Amino acid sequence: MRKIRVVIAKPGLDGHDRGAKVIARALRDAGMEVIYTGLRQTPEQIVAAALQEDADVIGLSILSGAHTQICPRVMELVREQGLDDVLVVVGGIIPDVDVPRLEAIGIKGIFTPGSTLSEIVEFIERHVRERAEA
Amino acid sequence: MRGFQAGTYNRAMPSMKEAPAATPRPVSRTTSSGRPVEPLYTPSSIANLDYGRDLNDPGGFPYTRGIHPTGYRGKLWTMRQFAGFGTPEDTNARYQELLRNGGTGLSVAFDLPTLMGRDPDHALSLGEVGKCGVSVASLADMETLFEGISLADITTSMTINSPASMIFAMYLVVAERQGADWRKISGTIQNDILKEFIAQKEYIYPPRPSMRLITDVFAFCAREVPRWNTISVSGYHIREAGATAVQELAFTLRDGIEYVQYGVDAGLAVDEFVPRISFFFNAHSDFFEEIAKYRAARRIWAHVMKERFHAADERSLKLRFHAQTAGASLTAQQPYNNVVRTALQALGAVLGGTQSLHTNSLDEALALPTSEAVTIALRTQQVIAHESGVANVADPLGGSYFVEALTDDVERQALGLFRAIDDMGGMVPAIERGFPQKEIAESAYRLQQAIDRRDQIIVGVNDFVAEAEEPVPTLYIDEAASERQLAKLERLRRERDNDRVARALDRLRQVAAGSGNTMEPILEAVRAYATVGEMCDALRDVWGEYEEVAFV
Repeated sequence: MRKIRVVIAKPGLDGHDRGAKVIARALRDAGMEVIYTGLRQTPEQIVAAALQEDADVIGLSILSGAHTQICPRVMELVREQGLDDVLVVVGGIIPDVDVPRLEAIGIKGIFTPGSTLSEIVEFIERHVRERAEA
Repeated sequence: MRGFQAGTYNRAMPSMKEAPAATPRPVSRTTSSGRPVEPLYTPSSIANLDYGRDLNDPGGFPYTRGIHPTGYRGKLWTMRQFAGFGTPEDTNARYQELLRNGGTGLSVAFDLPTLMGRDPDHALSLGEVGKCGVSVASLADMETLFEGISLADITTSMTINSPASMIFAMYLVVAERQGADWRKISGTIQNDILKEFIAQKEYIYPPRPSMRLITDVFAFCAREVPRWNTISVSGYHIREAGATAVQELAFTLRDGIEYVQYGVDAGLAVDEFVPRISFFFNAHSDFFEEIAKYRAARRIWAHVMKERFHAADERSLKLRFHAQTAGASLTAQQPYNNVVRTALQALGAVLGGTQSLHTNSLDEALALPTSEAVTIALRTQQVIAHESGVANVADPLGGSYFVEALTDDVERQALGLFRAIDDMGGMVPAIERGFPQKEIAESAYRLQQAIDRRDQIIVGVNDFVAEAEEPVPTLYIDEAASERQLAKLERLRRERDNDRVARALDRLRQVAAGSGNTMEPILEAVRAYATVGEMCDALRDVWGEYEEVAFV
């Protein structure tokens, strides 16, 4: 079975990459293939990377509040590119009121401060497996 | 899958999962830096300590016990709360409130577009305008930000790095128009680009031209704004990125050495600019290790300035610092616990002799703080200052077997990292090969694994978890601020003298390509109402942009 392929991306202007890097390492240590895009990627660059890398998962790290604008744009591009089977998850500081809005546009996992590495790994493994079986 | 569940949680009758008293808990027997902690410290732990040489009275070299002979008796620390959000109008109102509540200094948080030298109408500013701080695009916004606040009477700290010269120039022009004397005003610009490359990543230009902007500010202020703190060499962000206390201390002070060396290499005399260098540390949770860190910082800096740079002015030897409690230590779960964390961290900073202090608000793992949460944070400092009695005695922990042994150990560890960086040719080359970045990422990962394994207990997160929690009120910043800033910017571009702007930007490009001081053409561009983005673009044209090599 091929390894789960994950693109971890830092969209927006924010440079706080502690979370993105910790998650990237945890996913890699859990046996996944991780592509870290680096900082300040536009939604276009992120979705292009997912397409090019044949990713199963896109993980967005956003702490600045820009998720309200960036996530809808990423999901729009994901659909345009026919990547509907790619699992999109977000980690960062996401106010409660925004959670239903992000879920409504198709973001499946929203991980806020206090989430554990193992719960994120398990979530991704479970969802990628379910999608493969569907 | 959410980190915490919003729901009904009766605060009067909390349903906590209590740990059974008989179960032995995994307790951390090391400091945050992984150094072993003995069960007991005795006179033999500090047998090599020489009072006159290693400690001395407060106010005496090497200032381990503080830079003032009387501690806080003469003057309490400055209670400086970092704040900024939305439009300059929104933030101006918050400042007026902080000053009314007894705050004694201002500290400006800028939004990401401003920090990254982008105007609100740039494509990369999408969703970011006014979100993490206040949006300041031009002198017009700076005038609004300080409307009704006399810059001659307060000190202002501005957290700005890559575009520090531009924002500082705006502040100077506002002060000038208020009739304030540049020779008398005081405040701080962070202006610390090295820790941006290391940790926070808000860089624009490559390291070497970035360093020139900083030495230009050193030279300009020595001549024109002598009471201004030209740089705040910051460990705060290094720690937030995951560094240990020892790494924070070592990388920060080594950054400080790099700035002094660049200043000297630019032809400045040490005692002409070093007295205006200040530091900024993270006030974290490992109480005694933090206190040891501040004390070791003063001792190391005094020795380095005296022995490595032959500073003669006592002010060059005295390390002054601001402290902020640790944002990354705050939890989204049971957020009221954050008041307690912050109080302990703040107490540590005070016992360590900080010159000024910001206390974080209880809701900062969730959002920018509400006005109510900010007030509690400020009150926390006021309780420490006026009720606890700790401000009555200078360095009350001096002589503690444990604190002195730990101060020595922290110092020794930090000096070891200094040597590693010196061997690479200094901090700029060390950054270029990713050394501090990798060290910090490693520590961050190790800590997260320890939390996951519950080797490191975080109350309310991996132990003592509440089954259901009532959400706390949070500040929500919508897109209205962005729309207002975009409208104002459009009007500014229409109404200003655009020929004058173009001439000023050309002049800035010329000076940047040559070797003159960049502050003078930046001041002229600011007076012409050139925007932050336009001025930063002019320098991008000449110097290019830095791109780090991404690694995991």
